[in-house]
Amino acid sequence: MNENFLSRHRQLLIVWALLLTVPFWLPMLGGYTALAGRVVVFALAAMSFNLLLGFTGIMSFGHAAYFGLGAYGCGLFMKFVTASTLLGVLAGTLVGGIAGTLFGLLLVRRRGVYFAMVTIAFGQVCFYIAYKWDEFTGGYDGLRGFARAPIDFGIFKLDIAASNNAFYYFVVAIFGLAVGLQALILKSPFGRTMLAIRENERRARFLGIPIEKHIWLAFSISCFFTALAGSLYALLNNFADPLGLNYIMSGNIVMITVMGGMRTFWGPLVGAVLFVALQDYVSSMTTNWMFFVGLTFVAVVLFFPRGLMGMLQKRAGT
Amino acid sequence: MSTVPKLEVKGATKQFGSLVAVSDVSMRVMPGELRAVIGPNGAGKTTFFNLITGFFPPTSGDILLDGQNINSIPAAGRVKLGMGRTFQITEIFPELTVRENARIAVETGLGFSLRGWLTGADEKRVRDASDEVMTMANLTAKADRLVGELSHGDQRSAEIAMALALKPTLLLLDEPTAGMGDEETYQVTGLIRRLHRDSKYTIVLIEHDMRVVFHLADRISVLAEGKLLAEGTPAEIAANEHVQNAYLGKAE
Repeated sequence: MNENFLSRHRQLLIVWALLLTVPFWLPMLGGYTALAGRVVVFALAAMSFNLLLGFTGIMSFGHAAYFGLGAYGCGLFMKFVTASTLLGVLAGTLVGGIAGTLFGLLLVRRRGVYFAMVTIAFGQVCFYIAYKWDEFTGGYDGLRGFARAPIDFGIFKLDIAASNNAFYYFVVAIFGLAVGLQALILKSPFGRTMLAIRENERRARFLGIPIEKHIWLAFSISCFFTALAGSLYALLNNFADPLGLNYIMSGNIVMITVMGGMRTFWGPLVGAVLFVALQDYVSSMTTNWMFFVGLTFVAVVLFFPRGLMGMLQKRAGT
Repeated sequence: MSTVPKLEVKGATKQFGSLVAVSDVSMRVMPGELRAVIGPNGAGKTTFFNLITGFFPPTSGDILLDGQNINSIPAAGRVKLGMGRTFQITEIFPELTVRENARIAVETGLGFSLRGWLTGADEKRVRDASDEVMTMANLTAKADRLVGELSHGDQRSAEIAMALALKPTLLLLDEPTAGMGDEETYQVTGLIRRLHRDSKYTIVLIEHDMRVVFHLADRISVLAEGKLLAEGTPAEIAANEHVQNAYLGKAE
């Protein structure tokens, strides 16, 4: 066999080469750096979600809840407690992550459709709270009144407030840490038990793997990372949107993951590129952009059931 | 040889509503013994296995492992006490390789230690143990193939390898040759015999193929309609009139 062009190392190299050079080539394609920030944030949310769907074989249909809680947690903390960006991100991550961890306790005995339905229900509860509680969350208008602030590292100051590029690299750095950690988790013995649960729950149980505990742990981990993505989303817009908690957002996360390829590590990133590109370009032409996203989704699922990344890997014989 | 049975079942009964699937079955399996459980379809063999492995609790009766009552211990706990099981329908991780299948089983058996993982100390132990069970099951040459792509016989061997990875002292095999052709049956039978004769495992197996049963078993228990009909050496069972009427006669 000749060396296939999509080996793990090559994938890593291509992904990072592209991500790190975005500010240089994206404007030439008519994009802008903030758009790339959206891609990276959605990719992080979808990759975190994919820890469940692709690697544990569990369908959560309410991941917007943790994404949105992360965004509101970050925004509210920066508005009411202190305007520190890093602490805001930490607060958002903890709020969404802890909510997911606690809620996960109620979930772990549910499977399949029931699991998905309970997760939707929780997501909608969060949505309506944010939507109705005008004084605290800003209600329908969303949460304003906070803004990302420059980060002082002592030796140098990273001005993520004024420079879009600086903020983009800030997001990419956090993305890198987060997905690096995810890769480490997947390569650990615990990560292999997630695969085992996905592949055959009965066998896993009779090997002595405590299934419920591991599903709970996987769910919790996934929620923390999703909330981290949500926090970054709040910073990206300087705004937290109740629609970020809505089931439509959950659906978007699922679509991004499935289009990109749910059995692959980088698939959701590819899905996020496609989703954000479609959203941006098509919505500048028609308000019915979702129709075209939907068409693309159907086409991808019909013709490349393993998603774009899954198809590429198969072609390459990985 | 020790006089404490490896596995003892005392008057086990399992009722599902009004259906009595297993009725007052007792059995003593001594260490190192290979026991076959046979019986017509619906005789309650798999239910009996599920009782032993803790898939569900018995309605009444006791199950003892090494003389210890394990009624209140759930399935996962029984695995830790040394019970390994395979299923009638092969239960494996189809989209993972043979090596990954073995590895997951080995890691579960060893338990996870953060330190061992971070320092890499566990890595060698895990790899060696995985290699060992793959060698036992004759799967070394296929280590990097996806299990789901292997033949029936190899899949069954992989499943047995996973059970072995947990270092069981008692192996429960539910119809290990179900749905196999002659050659695969021969392959799996050979593996079971090696485990019994060479590695001295105590094995209880459910089997439909009478050639396999009479070839392998030290003793045979016959179940019919949930009850224990007879128990004895293969020769005794072959000569037993009740068994011939209930089962062997029809099977021929």
